[in-house]
Amino acid sequence: MPMNFETVEVTTDLLIIGGGMGACGAAVEAAYWGKKHGLKVTLVDKASMPRSGAVGMGLSAINLYVGLAEGRNTVQDYVRYVKGDMMGIARDDLVANIARHVDSSVHMFEKWGLPLWKDEEGNYVHEGKWQLMISGESYKVIVAEAAKNALGEENIYERVFITEPLLKDGKCVGAVGFSVRENKFYVFKAKATLCAMGGTVGVFKPKSTGEGAGRSWYPPFSTGSSAYFTMKAGAEMSSQEVRFVPIRFKDAYGPVGAWFLLFKSRATNAMGENYMETRADELKKFGVYGSIKPIPANLRNHLGLLDVQEGKGPLFMRTEEAIANLAKAYEGDEKAFKKKMKSLENEAWEDFLDMTIAQALLWAATNVQPEERSSEIAAAEPYFISSHSGSSGAWISGPEDLSAGSDYFWGYANMTTVPGLFAAGDASGNCPHKFSSGTHAEGRIAGKSACKYILENNTLLEVEPSVVEEMKAITYKPLEIYEQYSGFSTDPQVNPNYILPKQFMFRLQKLMDEYVGGANVYFCMNSASLERAAELFEFLKEDSEKLAAKDIYELLRVWENKHRMWQAESHLRAVTFRDETRWPGYYIRTDKPVIDEENWHCFVNMKWDPQTKEWSVFKRPVIDMFDVKF
Amino acid sequence: MPSFVIAEKCDGCKGQDKTACMYACPNDLMFLDKERMKAVNLDPSQCWECLCCVKACPQQAMDLRGYADFVPLGASCVPLRGSDSIMWTVKFRNGMTKRFKFPIRTTEEGSAVPDGGFVEENTDINSLNLFSEPSSLKLPAVWTYKK
Ligand SMILES: Cc1cc2nc3c(=O)[nH]c(=O)nc-3n(C[C@H](O)[C@H](O)[C@H](O)COP(=O)(O)OP(=O)(O)OC[C@H]3O[C@@H](n4cnc5c(N)ncnc54)[C@H](O)[C@@H]3O)c2cc1C
Ligand code: SF4
Ligand code: SF4
Repeated sequence: MPMNFETVEVTTDLLIIGGGMGACGAAVEAAYWGKKHGLKVTLVDKASMPRSGAVGMGLSAINLYVGLAEGRNTVQDYVRYVKGDMMGIARDDLVANIARHVDSSVHMFEKWGLPLWKDEEGNYVHEGKWQLMISGESYKVIVAEAAKNALGEENIYERVFITEPLLKDGKCVGAVGFSVRENKFYVFKAKATLCAMGGTVGVFKPKSTGEGAGRSWYPPFSTGSSAYFTMKAGAEMSSQEVRFVPIRFKDAYGPVGAWFLLFKSRATNAMGENYMETRADELKKFGVYGSIKPIPANLRNHLGLLDVQEGKGPLFMRTEEAIANLAKAYEGDEKAFKKKMKSLENEAWEDFLDMTIAQALLWAATNVQPEERSSEIAAAEPYFISSHSGSSGAWISGPEDLSAGSDYFWGYANMTTVPGLFAAGDASGNCPHKFSSGTHAEGRIAGKSACKYILENNTLLEVEPSVVEEMKAITYKPLEIYEQYSGFSTDPQVNPNYILPKQFMFRLQKLMDEYVGGANVYFCMNSASLERAAELFEFLKEDSEKLAAKDIYELLRVWENKHRMWQAESHLRAVTFRDETRWPGYYIRTDKPVIDEENWHCFVNMKWDPQTKEWSVFKRPVIDMFDVKF
Repeated sequence: MPSFVIAEKCDGCKGQDKTACMYACPNDLMFLDKERMKAVNLDPSQCWECLCCVKACPQQAMDLRGYADFVPLGASCVPLRGSDSIMWTVKFRNGMTKRFKFPIRTTEEGSAVPDGGFVEENTDINSLNLFSEPSSLKLPAVWTYKK
């Protein structure tokens, strides 16, 4: 090995992997039960908790607040909304479990210091039916602070990238990883492990190129570690075909939620037509899901994309019209009108400055004032994020009171099919639309459940030292490859013996984009393109063994791409298996262009077997648990 | 490049183990060149323009230059983050300037108490309640489904 790497062993009861919204929820909750029952809780994050994960920049809204105490909505209302938006495919038990606890997390955020907007009567300002407006620049700083105060600094490891699960007798018994700052290899031994490493970006070619490639809507540092970790442990996965393609302000990807919901803006095509009206007939092709309100996000995308494909783009968010409409009520009273315009302008800028600063800069650089002119909107590239409008992730057990006696229950809420391995946030599948707040609540559910599992299964299983040694060698192999071969050519960037992570990522992205429905082909694919993708994917997998890194920084990028590749492969297998088009706007199987309720009103699940190293893909039923009808 | 360091202003956080920008970046992009005692963004093409580094820099030595493939030159978005609010100075390409100030927290830094003051006696790991519930829900009990 080119450098000397010290092995550091950490033995704990519960290991929480990740430091984002889900992990912070798990930390506050598990710290409590751990203290009460004498359990040690340890957290490990590849970055530093105050700014790590998708909320690091800040947010301008809490997208899930059910408002049970206010009597605004019921748990069933939320289940109906989520299931409808997912074209009928979601887990009622998981969605309900989050919905009944999420308000608790939001009330705690407020106590911790998160500024929630209030109206004149002191009530929360609602953006839409489920969202609350916040001044959330420091949202993550505050949530991480509570988590740290609960756990204690001594139980937190930052800047350690987790590479692989530790497995023994079919159970998950911890994880290994490497420090991205020091020459240290970490071995975490645990009685239970909670995976909350976020979603996946960078599987598909981004629309921006060169320097702008990092401007994905979801962060480029969501690199598929949750998916990889759970798959490598042998966990059953679900909805790996369900990607999310957000429509956002063009290029800088400013979110549209506040514009549609708070400002009540319209989106139109270049001719000023509202595609939601002119293309209303298209919705009839999608059965009951085409007629529900709100119209599922993918169908809204689909109608806009049809306009663009017909040459009726660009699409516009009519910001100036929306602001004019809101200020109209104040016309005639010049002072009040000016004041209203000023506050609307403030709100518009805060929305972006809180959570997508690049969009604010793009407005300024192109001299756009939203009250004066429209801005373009466009579809981004696909992402995998089950906390938002995606759904892919591990297949987890529901809670006992809701799920017992059904196929959805095997003992501990949020446990995957691998004993001892729990998942939350972007790591758990089929309970989308939980967003930041629901993810925090789900982390808490999983954290408590994992503590209960430990109390009832209180044994520490350890893997043989030789297995750990082998994992260490595999972890650092890319450095070895680089050292061995880099002298062969005069430019270490171009060398026939290895592939560097950046180029590997480009190759993955090109393959996925062109054959598996990326942005360049309007998210279309068919069985022939998928066959070709599968063929090329085998070469890519073989070449992933030749990934090389010149230093620890590049080693981080190597491992991120190894993780991404598994998310990509599982997606390819799932879209190939599901023989219909259920989510146009996210993707279209052009050879099976219609929805097929009779055969495909089900989950597509899959599993990679760590023993045989083989995949299986199969169906699981969608159960109607609370009599939610459309 | 997305985030960048102004050479003249950066003092390398006086050679401390971890500089403020290195500590902040969620994508591990900031690196201290110990020879020059200056920080650099290692890979602008993986920068999210989240400005976590810019907000953290004690010398205001960092700024943002929009992604070169779609952002015209000449504008800036500069944050000044205090303990309870953040000030933004947005300069347009045409020279116009706008200033915004938004609250960032309502409590003292470091003071977040895990249970948020929703203290429950008699908690039971086998009940439906999470540790601060039901009081943190502002309801008498956690919802369950009655058939
Ligand atoms: C631009 C944008 C706007 C959004 N708008 C809203 C909104 O308005 N309202 C709302 O409620 N939600 C919003 N969301 C969604 C919200 O951010 C996510 O739902 C939530 O953050 C998901 O939480 P998570 O814990 O699953 O993942 P994350 O919060 O992303 O956390 C992942 C964690 O895992 C760590 N990690 C990753 N890989 C590894 C590894 N290999 N080893 C160790 N650690 C690792 C990361 O460092 C990070 O700490 C938005 C997100 C974005 C990006
Ligand atoms: S935080 Fe600022 S002063 Fe410190 S090293 Fe980074 S750029 Fe330089
Ligand atoms: S802007 Fe964000 S991603 Fe870019 S270097 Fe700074 S902290 Fe890192």
